[in-house]
Amino acid sequence: MKRNKVTIDGNEAAAYVAHKLNEVIAIYPITPSSNMGEWADEWSSQGRKNLWGTIPSVTEMQSEGGAAGAIHGALQTGALSTTFTASQGLLLMIPNMFKIAGELTSTVFHVSARSVAAQALSIFGDHSDVMAARSTGFGMLASNSVQEVMDFALIAQAATLEARVPIVHFFDGFRTSHEVMKIEELTDDDIRAMIDDELIRGHRSRALSPDHPVVRGTAQNPDVFFQARETVNPYYAAFPAIMQKAMDRFAKQVGRQYKLYEYTGAPDAERVIVIMGSGAEAVEETVDHLDKKGEKVGLLKVHMFRPFSASHFVKALPPSTKTIAVLDRTKEPGATGEPLYMDVSTSITETFIDGSLHLNGFPKIIGGRYGLSSKEFTPAMVKGVFDMMKQEKPKNHFTVGINDDVTHTSVEFDPAFSTEPDDVIRAMFYGLGADGTVGANKNSIKIIGEDTDFFAQGYFVYDSKKSGSTTVSHLRFGPRPIHSTYLVDSANFVACHQWFFLEKFDVLKTAVPGSTFLLNSYFGADKVWEELPRHIQEQIIKKKIKLYVIDAYKVAQATGMGGRINTIMQTCFFAISGVLPREKAIEAIKNAIKKTYGKKGDKIVQQNFDAVDQTLANLFEVKVPAMVTSKIEMPPVVSENAPEFVQKVTAGMIAGFGDALPVSAMPADGTYPTGTAQWEKRNIALEIPIWDESICIQCNKCAIVCPHATIRIKVYDGETLKNAPAGFKSMDYKAAEYKGMKYTVQVAPEDCTGCGICVDICPAKNKSETRLKAINMEAQPPLRERERSYYEYFLSLPEIDRRTVKVDSVKGSQFLQPLFEYSGACLGCGETPYVKLASQLFGDRMIVANATGCSSIYGGNLPTTPWTVNPEGRGPAWSNSLFEDNAEFGLGMRLAVDKHTAMAREMLTQLAPQVGDELARAILNADQSDEAGIYEQRVWVEQLKKKLKPMNDPVARNLLSLADNLVKRSVWIMGGDGWAYDIGFGGLDHVLASGKNVNILVLDTEVYSNTGGQMSKATPRSAVAKFAAGGKPLAKKDLGLIAMTYGNVYVAQIAMGYNDTQTVRAFMEAEAYDGPSLIIAYSHCIAHGINMTKGMSNQKAAVECGHWPIYRFNPTLVGQGKNPFVLDSKEPKIKFEQYASMEARFKMLTKSHPEQAKKLSALAQEDTQKRWKVLERLAKADTGTDVKKVIEQSHAPQEH
Amino acid sequence: MDLKTSYLGMQLKNPIVPSASPLSHNVDSMKRLEDAGASAIVMYSLFEEQIAHEAEELDHYLAYGTESFAESLTYFPEAAEYNVGPDEYVDLVRKAKEALSIPVIGSLNGITSGGWIDYAKKIQEAGADALELNVYYIPTDPNLSGTDVEDRYLEVLHAVKRSVTIPVAIKLSPFFSSLAHLAHRLDLAGADGLVLFNRFYQPDIDLDELEVVPNVLLSTPHELRLPLRWVAILHGRVKASLAATTGIHTAEDVLKMTMAGADVTMMCSALLKHGPNHITEVLSTVRDWMVEHEYVSLEQMRGSMSQKSVADPSAFERANYMRALSSFSTHK
Repeated sequence: MKRNKVTIDGNEAAAYVAHKLNEVIAIYPITPSSNMGEWADEWSSQGRKNLWGTIPSVTEMQSEGGAAGAIHGALQTGALSTTFTASQGLLLMIPNMFKIAGELTSTVFHVSARSVAAQALSIFGDHSDVMAARSTGFGMLASNSVQEVMDFALIAQAATLEARVPIVHFFDGFRTSHEVMKIEELTDDDIRAMIDDELIRGHRSRALSPDHPVVRGTAQNPDVFFQARETVNPYYAAFPAIMQKAMDRFAKQVGRQYKLYEYTGAPDAERVIVIMGSGAEAVEETVDHLDKKGEKVGLLKVHMFRPFSASHFVKALPPSTKTIAVLDRTKEPGATGEPLYMDVSTSITETFIDGSLHLNGFPKIIGGRYGLSSKEFTPAMVKGVFDMMKQEKPKNHFTVGINDDVTHTSVEFDPAFSTEPDDVIRAMFYGLGADGTVGANKNSIKIIGEDTDFFAQGYFVYDSKKSGSTTVSHLRFGPRPIHSTYLVDSANFVACHQWFFLEKFDVLKTAVPGSTFLLNSYFGADKVWEELPRHIQEQIIKKKIKLYVIDAYKVAQATGMGGRINTIMQTCFFAISGVLPREKAIEAIKNAIKKTYGKKGDKIVQQNFDAVDQTLANLFEVKVPAMVTSKIEMPPVVSENAPEFVQKVTAGMIAGFGDALPVSAMPADGTYPTGTAQWEKRNIALEIPIWDESICIQCNKCAIVCPHATIRIKVYDGETLKNAPAGFKSMDYKAAEYKGMKYTVQVAPEDCTGCGICVDICPAKNKSETRLKAINMEAQPPLRERERSYYEYFLSLPEIDRRTVKVDSVKGSQFLQPLFEYSGACLGCGETPYVKLASQLFGDRMIVANATGCSSIYGGNLPTTPWTVNPEGRGPAWSNSLFEDNAEFGLGMRLAVDKHTAMAREMLTQLAPQVGDELARAILNADQSDEAGIYEQRVWVEQLKKKLKPMNDPVARNLLSLADNLVKRSVWIMGGDGWAYDIGFGGLDHVLASGKNVNILVLDTEVYSNTGGQMSKATPRSAVAKFAAGGKPLAKKDLGLIAMTYGNVYVAQIAMGYNDTQTVRAFMEAEAYDGPSLIIAYSHCIAHGINMTKGMSNQKAAVECGHWPIYRFNPTLVGQGKNPFVLDSKEPKIKFEQYASMEARFKMLTKSHPEQAKKLSALAQEDTQKRWKVLERLAKADTGTDVKKVIEQSHAPQEH
Repeated sequence: MDLKTSYLGMQLKNPIVPSASPLSHNVDSMKRLEDAGASAIVMYSLFEEQIAHEAEELDHYLAYGTESFAESLTYFPEAAEYNVGPDEYVDLVRKAKEALSIPVIGSLNGITSGGWIDYAKKIQEAGADALELNVYYIPTDPNLSGTDVEDRYLEVLHAVKRSVTIPVAIKLSPFFSSLAHLAHRLDLAGADGLVLFNRFYQPDIDLDELEVVPNVLLSTPHELRLPLRWVAILHGRVKASLAATTGIHTAEDVLKMTMAGADVTMMCSALLKHGPNHITEVLSTVRDWMVEHEYVSLEQMRGSMSQKSVADPSAFERANYMRALSSFSTHK
């Protein structure tokens, strides 16, 4: 039978089968599994049908716990149902998984296995999530490659229907879920041949139905629970045979034969590695290589991990086996070994005891860990393990792939060992996220995969920054199926798409002798050599590398492509790599362009065609001189002034040498210093804002909107200017409060991302040339040195005395030092200005609980983090627990602070005679309602500590350890709308109801931004989001109104771009309120499809159309007999449609579903009117009681 | 009373044709114009630039920030198809033709010759009875001569005429150094009609924000004078039909323009201001006037006050302005 060859990734392969075989799909986004749900949703919304001709229903839930519950319900009601998840998501499903398995229900959960957060979160792949679910009673089936993902998704479904044991079908997150591979696509006939409709009817017949009612899910007592639990044994006993039968049937239909435990390698192997997941592919490649060289080694791939069939497993081992190394991609601290090792040990022991072990004696069994969080696992490491297995006493409980210099578990290996065959083209591309390199490479893989007989593989590595991020693409093309599940480590083609990478990375490190190097260069073929750094010249000459250059940005400009050089660089690759004949390649690229861009209009297609055509004329080979002449060296990664930890550890991560850092370099408990982002000078801005003091009106707006804290403002004594570098700008301060002082606005030139939002917001225009403002964007490279010296000097100017600042104003707040700086958030991010503002106002006494999401990534993703300290060493203390529990996590912090403050006060009262009554009284009665009060209290507490230090009394020592709690602390609970509106809403609601003094900041982007723009309950009606491809049909949830019904919660809805003064006031009032406060902050986002430079204008329009009215509800006003509700925005003056037309999330619906767009837009307009009426009524109410009534009255049912 | 006229070879029941405006954004509104008595409708202009811009914008924003960060490789679902071409416009032409019995004239503003040809064909295929070329174009390049600009008009006309079989009118700007010459060239090139004149969008300055802002102003009756003069001058000198547009608000305006030589009188601002029923009122007043002044048909008066037909042809020429000015100062 002829089957299509497709080049897809593991997630798509799983979703392809799952969508064909299910009726109800419940989903929730979590990396790296989100794409499976997205595919399913997209296909259903496009009307794609399953095998039985119906479109599967796809429903997004509020959490993975919710998805599992929904699936449980759907299964109990007889539907074929599935879900997709990973990591903590799978952990949230565990309670339901016990139930689903306990009730013998057929289903397959597809899991792209990912690390479970421990000392840190990691989005990357290992088996710790699956292992955490191994006691649920689910069967567990491991796929090792993209092809296997598709095949096993089907085999698992066939087996579960027959066995009635539910299955977790898992594959490695990223390595398999995101690896693009050419595979054979199963046909509907294949799928039909594997699925017995009679079994489906059996599944339905067990469904709950009032027509044949039963009770399922009883509560049982000690008398019977145990026996009832044992009833499932026969099903598990029968499972291995059923699974193998399904594999055999699949082989008959499709031709690929799988085994539960699959041996490959020398039939007389003495050393055998046991492994599951993608690592098995690398082992297989190594085993082939070593056996050809005469070694006797083998590999036993475990596909069926649960139930673990000892007999099947043992039988699969060759009788010659003497040493078995079991490799686990997980860590179980404190266990006698990792799970697979334990299963193997038990299986060998049990079969030895019962006499069925067919090996020549009891083998040596050792276990080891590899590949945690997608750590590379290469043939060199595999060989290291095989070599170690030769030892008389091989190391047990080892690790491979890292340098464990603490407990010395690691296995040595020779990194130079390689199994890469010569006939495989191995290409690496260094690009920027923004230049489209990855997209172009994905296209190239498709072209080669689908237009030639070559096998193709692509894997993409991204850094953890959301702006200016670097991507490295690893592509392989070869005549045989590719099993290299590791990064390209010996490249015969290297492309560098950005010139500045040459001074940042050793891009030719992996280039093999005789390879080709393609460089996007501003310098032509005759000039480029002199501009290359020394290490690049050296390698080109030494390795006899062929060098090609193109000025891709010039070609892109000339052909209307703007900054996107993807098509141009792709054309260069095909032109010089020789993968395809040139003519054929050009034709194929053009076909791909038509396919990719065709639906977006002829113009786009034509631009790309022009780019292809002009590329070849601008691509030149460089005649390489014989001598190295360059004096350009790689600059140091971080400044020599950086602290030791940054020098030794952080710098290694920044430079891309993190893999080489030993265990001893890592903090044992996940605790890291703050203030590290300042050392990572990313220099990603092409243009930076430069201040023109002659125009400036000193409003400080540029600073408050800056998402990266790279526009700084200080007022200072003019005397200090004596040491200023020449040209450093300053002006007299204009207003009264700092009369006679100097004022400077300065950019941090190497940290600025060049978003331009500061220039956009600047209200002061040059009177002679209105295009100029008080700050203007200018090219960064020529100004870098000068501005760097200015900025260094600026930082040395004293910080302002906080007691003198009018903090509840935009202007005043921006004189305060930001303690959140240079984050890796997106260019023009709408969230970070709020986070930064909080750090300015309260940072020196702030504790932050941060929900997982964008803010936890730009706030806490290594190598460097933006939270920092002031000159006194004080600053925000930050932590991220999980996604769902953040409100509770923050409440816990508050409870601890409150308790410790109370304890400190008790002890101080007790010790008053010893420390002095006056001091004790001063501290206990301190008014800390403003900066002056806090300053004073700090002075007193310091005095107290001084007095306590020499005291030996245990109470005094305890008080010393808690005395800092006597200074008011500010607990902040931060997160996005996915957390606050959906997954964490239950906890948030509970914390609001707790009455405790916590400040909750919801950074509302109206979608799950971090995972790629999935719909949340905060998504406005008519916006397109993932899981709402046809526009969100229902109105946004009104979190503010819900919170106000409590009456004792401070609630503010804010939008900095509409009213920054109200924003600052809301923060001040929320913090001052002695009870729960909720600030809901409109945060424009890259996921809105907007011009990020103009994000503040979008905020303004959101308020002006009534979509985002701003207000403050302050319960303290009730006590003063006033209306607690203040409406801060004016009556809507523009139509919702006008705001919507500024954002692609709304606009794309008018292009994809025009009729639906009209309908939803009209309803969204009604939403704004209704909302406004309610708020207007609230604003007119007299007292708090009336307000509550109005809110209650407003809870009318939604329009459908 | 015979109000009939012929425009672009089409027989129209009267000379009032709503010109390109938001009133043709939907079929309902066009139907109201027909019901009020419009004899044909020029649809709003299809702007190639806008289509291209929207497509580029959509592509840019849907792709912006993608493939950069491992957790969010994209931000939007992929739609099966996007309606980014002229389909919406073409579809409206089709629907208008189905719903109306009066002729529907498409209006097109292209930027590339490919666009002019392609979209013109699509508008014809959708059933448009004629096409008006809206050569909306502000030549700001100091290297571009007046002849270059005129040639561009000619090229567009040639290209479109070669591609479609329906009549083609061309809407002109009044800002040519030798309008009569250009009209002559267009006439020779086969223009079926000349529409006098295009009212350009004219930007304004916001003094508070120091920004250039769009500011759409409706025409005022005195603006009628410019097309009036040129219709009068060109009547009888070109084979092409003449449409007068700009400043036509009242029955008197219609009569004046017809006398100057216009085959049709196009209305926009007056209809936006007073609504479609204004057509009914104007037609009724025209009839009354004709009865009162004993005209039996519009044909009778068409061109009666053109430059060729008046006693003092120089009244339409530049000297007239000088005299007007001096008489003005005398009165003062």
